[in-house]
Amino acid sequence: MLQTRFPSVNIFDPFTSMHRVQNTMNRFFDDGRSRGQSVTYPPVNFWGNQDSIVMTTELPGLTEQDIELTVKDAMLSIRGTYPEAETGDDIVWQRNERLEGSFSRSLELPFRVNPEKIDARFENGVLTVEMQRPEEDKPRRIEIKPA
Amino acid sequence: MAQDLITPDRRDMAASNGEQNRATATFTPAVDIFERADMTVIVADMPGVAPDDVDVTLDRQVLTLRGTVKPYAPKGYSRLASEYRVGDYVRVFTLGDEIDRDGINATFKNGVLQLELPRAPKATTQKVTVKGA
Repeated sequence: MLQTRFPSVNIFDPFTSMHRVQNTMNRFFDDGRSRGQSVTYPPVNFWGNQDSIVMTTELPGLTEQDIELTVKDAMLSIRGTYPEAETGDDIVWQRNERLEGSFSRSLELPFRVNPEKIDARFENGVLTVEMQRPEEDKPRRIEIKPA
Repeated sequence: MAQDLITPDRRDMAASNGEQNRATATFTPAVDIFERADMTVIVADMPGVAPDDVDVTLDRQVLTLRGTVKPYAPKGYSRLASEYRVGDYVRVFTLGDEIDRDGINATFKNGVLQLELPRAPKATTQKVTVKGA
């Protein structure tokens, strides 16, 4: 069962032309009981400058080991599985709002990133990924010689 | 038993005064609540909150869970996309059962608060003898 009571909000900055963050191939897996619904999860925040990008996402209750982060060219993928809720005959549930199940999301970055230079940290349930543009892709200033 | 005392708006869209370093929204954390043996367990998601910034108070039957976030904004970057908002967490419950206050156990790990509230043994009904004059 994968459910969320936190619909993602989209507040795109109209003043940036760099925004190309797209989500493709976003899928929710529902322990094989998928009802075919596609939900974009997890929601992410992005920051960027000319040479690097920072992405954050909230994954409370996971550990570093539960998160699989892969990058290829300009495609970043996040996968993970929330731990199952407590089970047992002696348990009486009153509320079950927290997420369960697996998620997978791929995001297109504004540019190709160097997979060797990715700094991913997980702290207090928040994943922060800092990515760098490869040296060879960085815009270079061309010297113009006088005639 | 734990009942929501109030259900504040999940996302406070009104509070946006342009301040960068202050959380402008308060969210209701998602919770799991279950009973096991003589224990009520409350699990609340508070991603982005440091363990020291979690505040749990029990005033009579009113249990308040509060988490304060330090908004994160990397220096030298401009914002490209915001799919989720960051803010403090507050949720208030009224507890139906008497709690053994000394036995409360709270842990905070990976942005998740887990509270174990042992129920106090039921007060035995006491018969009061009314003496004749």
